Parts: sequence; C-alpha cells; structure tokens
Amino acid sequence: MVRKSFIMLALLLVLALTLAACGQATTPAPAPAPEQPAVSEPAQVAGNTLATIKARGKLICGVNQAVPGFGFLQSDGSFAGFDIDFCKALSAAIFGDPNMVEYRPLTASERFTTLQAGEIDVLIRNTTWTLTRDTELGGNFVHTTFYDGQGIQVPVDSGINSITELGGTAICVQQGTTTELNLADQMAAVGVQYTPVVFETADETVNAYLEGRCDAWTTDMSGIVARQSIFPDPTAHKILPEVLSKEPLGPMVRHGDDQWFDIVQWTVFATFQAEEFGITSQNIDTFMSTENPNIRQMLGLEGEMGVKLGLSNDWAYNIVKLVGNYAEIFNRNLGPDTPLGLARGLNASWVDGGLLYAPPIR
Amino acid sequence: MTTTSSEQHAVPFWRDERYLQVLAQILVVAIIAGTLYYLANNLVTALAAQNIPIGFDFLRLTAGFDIGESSIAYSRASTNAQALLVGVLNTLRVSFLGIIFSTILGAIVGVARLSNNWLVNKLAGIYVEILRNIPLLVFLIFLYSAAFVKLPRITEALELPGPIYLTNRGFFVPWAEPGDGWSTYRWVLWVGLLVAIVVAWVLRRQGQRTGRMPLILLWAPLAFVVVALLGWFIVPGQPLVSSIPVLEGRNFTGGNGLTPEFMAVLLGLVVYTSAFIAEVVRAGIQAVSKGQREAATALGLSGFQTLRLVILPQAQRVIIPPLTSQYLNLTKNSSLAVAAGYPDVYAIGRTIQNQSGRSIEIIALMMIVYLAFSLGTSLFMNWYNKRIRLVER
Ligand SMILES: N[C@@H](CCC(=O)N[C@@H](CS)C(=O)NCC(=O)O)C(=O)O
Repeated sequence: MVRKSFIMLALLLVLALTLAACGQATTPAPAPAPEQPAVSEPAQVAGNTLATIKARGKLICGVNQAVPGFGFLQSDGSFAGFDIDFCKALSAAIFGDPNMVEYRPLTASERFTTLQAGEIDVLIRNTTWTLTRDTELGGNFVHTTFYDGQGIQVPVDSGINSITELGGTAICVQQGTTTELNLADQMAAVGVQYTPVVFETADETVNAYLEGRCDAWTTDMSGIVARQSIFPDPTAHKILPEVLSKEPLGPMVRHGDDQWFDIVQWTVFATFQAEEFGITSQNIDTFMSTENPNIRQMLGLEGEMGVKLGLSNDWAYNIVKLVGNYAEIFNRNLGPDTPLGLARGLNASWVDGGLLYAPPIR
Repeated sequence: MTTTSSEQHAVPFWRDERYLQVLAQILVVAIIAGTLYYLANNLVTALAAQNIPIGFDFLRLTAGFDIGESSIAYSRASTNAQALLVGVLNTLRVSFLGIIFSTILGAIVGVARLSNNWLVNKLAGIYVEILRNIPLLVFLIFLYSAAFVKLPRITEALELPGPIYLTNRGFFVPWAEPGDGWSTYRWVLWVGLLVAIVVAWVLRRQGQRTGRMPLILLWAPLAFVVVALLGWFIVPGQPLVSSIPVLEGRNFTGGNGLTPEFMAVLLGLVVYTSAFIAEVVRAGIQAVSKGQREAATALGLSGFQTLRLVILPQAQRVIIPPLTSQYLNLTKNSSLAVAAGYPDVYAIGRTIQNQSGRSIEIIALMMIVYLAFSLGTSLFMNWYNKRIRLVER
C-alpha cells in the first residue's frame, strides 16, 4: 500500500514537471515572439533567412526533378536546369560559390506547404505567379524568370488540330497546378466536353498519356517540350496551336523577410542586366577596368550595392562569373543547342524586343 | 461511522490512494488540454506571423477545376464544397463496394484455407501470405500502371460477348436505361421490396416458432424477383430499354463504363483487404470447438447445414469485431486512390488545398470526413454485433 502510493507520487511529480514545462512554453506565446536565430532548425525564422543560410553554410532550394531543361535529376544524382541555375546564382551571390546548395525535389502539390513550413529558403520550380498564390500561400513571388503559356499535346496521328476538336476526349493533367484550372476554364469557354484524369506526379501524367489512357495531356509549353525531349518517339507528338494561358514562372519566397525577397529579386535582375551590358562569364574580367559608372556599380567597383542587400559588393560579379548572364543560362538549358531548342520569344531582353527589363542597379 | 473509521487510519491526503487517483486523472486531462492549447495557439500565431489567412470561407468559392468522375452534377463553376462532396461520394462508392466484395472474397478464401483439399488449402495460403505482405500503395500503382493502363487502346478495344469492351479507357458494358414504362414500374419495385420484407419477417417468425430457421436470404430476394418479373409483363410500355456501348468518335457512348482508375482502386482494396478478412474468417471458424461439429454430424446434419446452423452463427461472434476494423482499414486505405488517379475525397481535398492554399482547413476537414466514415461503420457493426451476441441466461 505504502509502496504503491509512493510510485503514484513519483509519477505525479513527473507529470507535474511536464506540465510546468508546458506552462513555461506557453507563457511567452501571446507576446510577440522575440527574434531568435534557430540554429538547429532549418529555414524556420522569418526575417532572418540570410543569417540562417549563412549559419547553415548552404542554401536550401525547392526544385523540380522531372522537367528536363528546367529542373531535372540526372542519372549521376546531380540536378541541372534553368531553375537550378538560379539556385546556383543565389548561392554565388551569397557565398561566392555556386555549389553551396541543397536541392529539395518537390511535386507540384507539395511545393507551397514546404515553403510555408520553412523547409526550403526559396522555391524555384516552374511556378506560375497568380494572385491567389501571391496572397493566400504565405509567400511572395519575385520577378518572373520565364514567360510561358499553357499548351496541349496530342499524338500526331490523332487527327486533332485544335482544342475545339477535343470533344469527348480524356485529358491527362497534373494535380495542384495552374494547368488544372486553365484547362477547365478554356474548355468551358469553347464549350467542349472532356474528362480530366488527374495524377500527382508528372511521370504518372505523361505515362498515362503515352499509354493512350488520355487523348491529350497539358501543361506549360516549356514543360511539354521538355518532357517530349525524353519521349520514346518525340516526333510522334505535336502541340496544338492554342496557348491556353499566361504562365509567368518565377521564384517564390516566404512572407516576412523583405531583405531575403530583395536578394532573390536582384539576383534575377543581375542576370538580366549583365546580358543587357553584354557581360558574360567569359568576358567579365575585361569589364573590371571599365569607366562605365553603371557597370562599375553593378560589379562592385563603385558604391555599396552588395552591402545594401546584405551581401558582399562582388555579389553580381560572382553571379555572372560563376553562373552566367540570363542569355547564358537560357541557352545552356533551353536554347537552340539543347534538345528543347526553345526560341527566346518573350524571354528576350527588352533591348531585343522581349520582356526582360531590370530596374537600375544603383 | 465511516468518518470515524477513516479518521482512525488517518492517512494524510497526499498518501491516500483515492485522492491520488482522482488527482492523477485531473492532471492527465489538464496536460492533454494544455498541450492541445499550446499546439493550437502555436499554429494560430505562426499563421498570423506569415500572413496566412485561416477560415472556411473558401468552401463557398468557385472550385475552378473539373473532376473526371462524379455521381452528382458538377462543373468547374461549382463550389469547393460541392467538389468535396463529389469526393466524399466517390470515396463512399469505392469503399462500400470494396467492403461487400472483400467480405465475399475473404469469406471464400478463409473457408478455402480450412479445406481438406491440399491444393485449395495451399493456394488460399499463398494468396493470403503474398497479399498481406505487399504494401497497398505499391500494389495499387502496380495494378494501375502495369495492368489497367496496359489494356488495349480504345481503338483496338478487346470485345467480349455482350458486347463488353475492355480498353485502357475503361470497361464498357451494356446497361439498362429507363423507358416509357419506368415511372409505373418503379412502384412495382417498391412493392417487391415490401413483399420481400414481409416474407422475411414471416419466415423469421415461423423459424422462431418451429425452431427450424428457413433460408431467409434465399426466399426473400426470390419474392422480390418474382414481383419484379410479374410487374415487367403487366406494366404497359417498356420499363427499361437496353443501351449498348458503341465507339463514337473518341469515346464509347451508351452502355455503362467503369474507369480504369476506379477499377484499379476497387480491385486493389478488395484483393488486399480480402487477405486479412480471410484470416479473420479462418480464425473465427477455428474458434468454434471441434465438439460442435462432431455433435452436428452425430445429429445427422449435412455439411452445409452444419456450417449454416452450427459453425457460422458461433464463428460470427468471433469474426465481427476484427472484421469491423478491416472495414475501417479499407475505408481509410481508399485515400491511396490518388496514386491511381481516382478522384476520391483525399485527392480532391489535395487539389483544393493547392488551389486555395488552405492546408490546415482541408486537413482538418479530411480528418473529420474519415472520422465520420469510421464512426458510422463502427456504429453499424457494433449494433450488429450486439444483436448477434450470445445472450447469457
Ligand atoms: N506552372 C504551373 C505548372 C508547373 C508544374 O508543376 N508542371 C508539371 C508538369 S511539367 C511539373 O513540373 N511536374 C513535375 C513533377 O511534379 O515532378 C504551376 O505553377 O502550377
């Protein structure tokens, strides 16, 4: 009897201590939480992303692994692509080394929760900028890196030549994409009845299309061309002429850290501006003696542009030297010499009639 | 009187077990409540810090996406709530059919495992061992992408007599559609149902009186069929007209179709769960003591009679509780449907979560939905269990 109650008492003591610990943790909650850099935690603390990245010694970048040319996990285990190069550019701007990046491959439907939860520092995964996403997901889009539009692909021998001929078809589409919504909108607009078949990953979607489960599949034009490049017979498929939507793709960061937003945004601008100035990774060192004040400011020879961003003044130099300007990044991953063979189109610098226009770096 | 006795053994209250027990319970409740409060508060603060709105208004907004299979009217202009309802109905459809078929299949395999026939016995054993040990997700993906999607393309459909067409767009079978006599014939069917219920009730009463329970499950449906057939000839006009699937353009029209997504999920759930149910059934039958069977044989009951009148009623009591948890598992496992592209409530919930950004709300709704399914199943099964329980006298 005595023994028993003693054990009971000990138990109670433990419980009471736990409760006390709980109580302590709850008390400061109503007051605004003090800024404390979480060293052990991943990219948790809003307002301190840069410090967290530096303390961690690497950038965590949420990327695609299934779209060649944009974000693709290669057979040797490394990542490559247009989006990947922007992760590298960020790493170059922060660390002066393009390879201090940990890539987190994400599906379309995982990406936003992962960003919200603070498991990645930045999401660069062919993600379309929309109002809902900008307002409801606890994140912000920085400037667009790739202007795209949605397309529909069908087999050449299907005899389908326009979206108005898609009546009664099944169309494969990926879950959690803008694609899903645009498809519904456009088909309703032209009054065509179809059946969507929705999958979680790009691989499943494409596989079902190739097996003939669907008459067509749809995603961003760039995504279609990218996947087509790894089809068993790429020439057996064609893209319908209609462009279903505007798909401005760009990086996304969490709410609540304006400095980090600026760093990502100006990293993108630096690649635009370098192309406009004609600075490439090859010739950048010849610009180090330039008299042009605008170039001098960008390359950190004059002024304190990098410091204003919280970086070192050679941030833009490192981006261009170690990764390249926008044209180099584009051509390396998507350009005429790649299996994708995309034309610059809207993604040309404004001086060449495109949409890429960086505000002054000054 | 009691007071004095307790005063005699005066133990300080902090050593009195009765107080301590109550105190411990209060503490445990307080700790749980405190933890929950802490977590909820944490969530709200974190969301506010990131400027993420919270609330269920989004359910009223336009969904904006289409859904492949729906048993109610739905279009992109419907609300998110309606989209979720489509998902709930799709989940119910696959779970309900899954429960029925897996019970039948499981019972057959379970009985087969006890067969004296060496081959039947071993085959059933292999079936159970293999299926119980493959993860359901892997099995579903295999069924969908290696079996159903590999069927012939729609233009090269495999034609079976009927005609039934097997393609990777789905199975298309002839179906019946309401004809001009349907509105009258509907009443005949209701009458048939009523007759069947009356027959079942009368037979039951008779069985209770005479102690010889007739095969109610045979006679009652038969009564329904007889009424339905009689009505078919009496009612003017065509109650039902047959509709044959024909390939028209890029799809079959007429008849009825089952999508490969639905079939893959249903087949996966049925086959997987039946392996567990088989074990439950086997254990239940084995729990009936050997003497019961011997006594039944001694009384001159046939093998089928022994099973129906002696073994099953007793085995049932052992089977029902674990069977209930298999049903619950099946319903919850149906949330893997997204792996095969079937728009169940979880798949649609994920889509809404992505398009509206309301993760927390959607996850909470999902939990409520599955909880409701499970509680509903449990309630029914518990009611049934109570009904068949041995009444101790
Ligand atoms: N830009 C669209 C679509 C992006 C998207 O997810 N595209 C698919 C189709 S190519 C994809 O990248 N899938 C790769 C994967 O999920 O593994 C969006 O932001 O919603």
